[in-house]
Amino acid sequence: MIFDSLITPFTSNGFMVNALAAGLLVAVACGIVGTFMVLRGLAFIGDALAHGVLPGVALAMLLGVPGMVGAAVGAAAMIAGIGFITRRSRLSGDTAVGLLFVGMLALGVAIVSRSGAFSGDLVRILFGEILGVTYAGLLAQALATAVIVAVAYTCRRPFLLLCYDPEQADTSGFSSRLFQGVMLALIALTVVVSFRTVGTLLVFGMLLAPAATAALFSRRLGTMIALASGIGATSVYAGLLLSYYANIAAGSSIILVATLFFVGALIVRRPRGLAHGRGAAKREPKSSAARTSSSVREGATS
Amino acid sequence: MTPFSHGQPCGLAVEAHSLSVGYGETVVIATLEFVLERGRVLTLVGANGSGKTTLLKAIAGLLPPISGALRVLGAVPGASPTRVAYLGQFHPSGFILPLRAIDVVRMARFARLGLLGQGSREDERAVERSMEIMGVLDLRDEPLDTLSGGQRQRVLIAQALARGAELLLLDEPAASLDRGARETYRRVVRDVASAGCSAVVATHDLEEAACSDKALLLAQRVVAFGAPREVLTAEALLSTFGIVARHGEGGVLMIEHDHGCDGDRSMP
Repeated sequence: MIFDSLITPFTSNGFMVNALAAGLLVAVACGIVGTFMVLRGLAFIGDALAHGVLPGVALAMLLGVPGMVGAAVGAAAMIAGIGFITRRSRLSGDTAVGLLFVGMLALGVAIVSRSGAFSGDLVRILFGEILGVTYAGLLAQALATAVIVAVAYTCRRPFLLLCYDPEQADTSGFSSRLFQGVMLALIALTVVVSFRTVGTLLVFGMLLAPAATAALFSRRLGTMIALASGIGATSVYAGLLLSYYANIAAGSSIILVATLFFVGALIVRRPRGLAHGRGAAKREPKSSAARTSSSVREGATS
Repeated sequence: MTPFSHGQPCGLAVEAHSLSVGYGETVVIATLEFVLERGRVLTLVGANGSGKTTLLKAIAGLLPPISGALRVLGAVPGASPTRVAYLGQFHPSGFILPLRAIDVVRMARFARLGLLGQGSREDERAVERSMEIMGVLDLRDEPLDTLSGGQRQRVLIAQALARGAELLLLDEPAASLDRGARETYRRVVRDVASAGCSAVVATHDLEEAACSDKALLLAQRVVAFGAPREVLTAEALLSTFGIVARHGEGGVLMIEHDHGCDGDRSMP
């Protein structure tokens, strides 16, 4: 039975249930944080953060401290470093970020290479061990996802203003610097907590791919977050199944599915503003075609 | 001691004394001296690079003054987000957002709502009323990225109005509007002023400046400040724009002159 083969891997293997639960929590966290990251144009900083935690994690493993503590220190150092370089030099933000990104990656690999078990540790950090998630790890992931939901809900107005125009945030009484910091902290939290499940390299895929796919279809912020979380969750489920049957690494297969969703979406639908239908809507905003297309797209939420 | 020893609202919307504004340590306009009474409209007139936007940003609280004193509605700039609405000229990434026209106008109320306040009927009425005034209520559910440049600009002006502010700071708001929309916009600014609110508007449009209560002519310095009919003289405009065009019987007469905005220009 096809139906059985879609369910059995999870009912007969405890580790698959844990992996699914952890993956779904990661999907929700990444759907929310990834949406704001994509809309605010922080993808590169997110990528750098994801790599910046590597030396922290490696050092923590070397010292026998929990890896998550090391990851948090690495992320904090990364955010502080980006701020420092951008302020002290006249370099643009992406140059500062890029420089720190490779520097931290090199430092991480250098530390890991000293620890003896080089390749095994590095692969574990970069690609995670979603099939080996413990209850403690699951609890930490649940807690982090709850914090992310609560903070993102509380900060939805300043976050939206920040994505729209940082000056509008400032003139509306929300410090753009403060809330940009909060947004970066949420990205860091997502990366730090998810490094055990999907790994530091792949968590970036979960932040980016579902949000980017959702951006192609969404006309409202809430829709985009819900869609991104849904696409992420579907990727986790399908990826785990793929991993089970095709015997490939679970983290990678999840990200592969998420990326395929994006490519598929690109093929199915042209980017917003380029499709023929939108051109018609621009000239005649009240045309029935435009009404229908937007009501179909937003039907689920309005 | 500051020049504002009273400290209380004294009927002035904007008050600048020996004010220098700019970016970092680079002064764009030095020793500005002007006041704007409440219920009045001030236009900032000047060429590109003359300092109009810099001054507006300083009044909005986005740029700290380099020196001198600047009071906005009796307080430091940026102190009262609900009482001041700012419409900038550049919109970095706003148009890729998944937003409808009405969502953009609703953002105007965020200053009042804060982080967790619930939007009320009054907020929604302010939003719809502003969209109606600017003639974009029909477009309320249209995605922002499908609107034309002029439609967007009308939505953005509606956003500035929906704040319900006492002071409007508008940076070239009418630049991309067609004639009809420009008329609407000018009427709105007059209505705002007659309701006791004030506006500071950066503009290239001399017609608009001529209709305002006060004009401040800028060329990285104050060329002239006062009632438009007194300050919009050929000589002042020549110093401001470096060019004067006049329709005469035989066609257009142009006089070019150094206007101080381009460093490498020499005097004729």
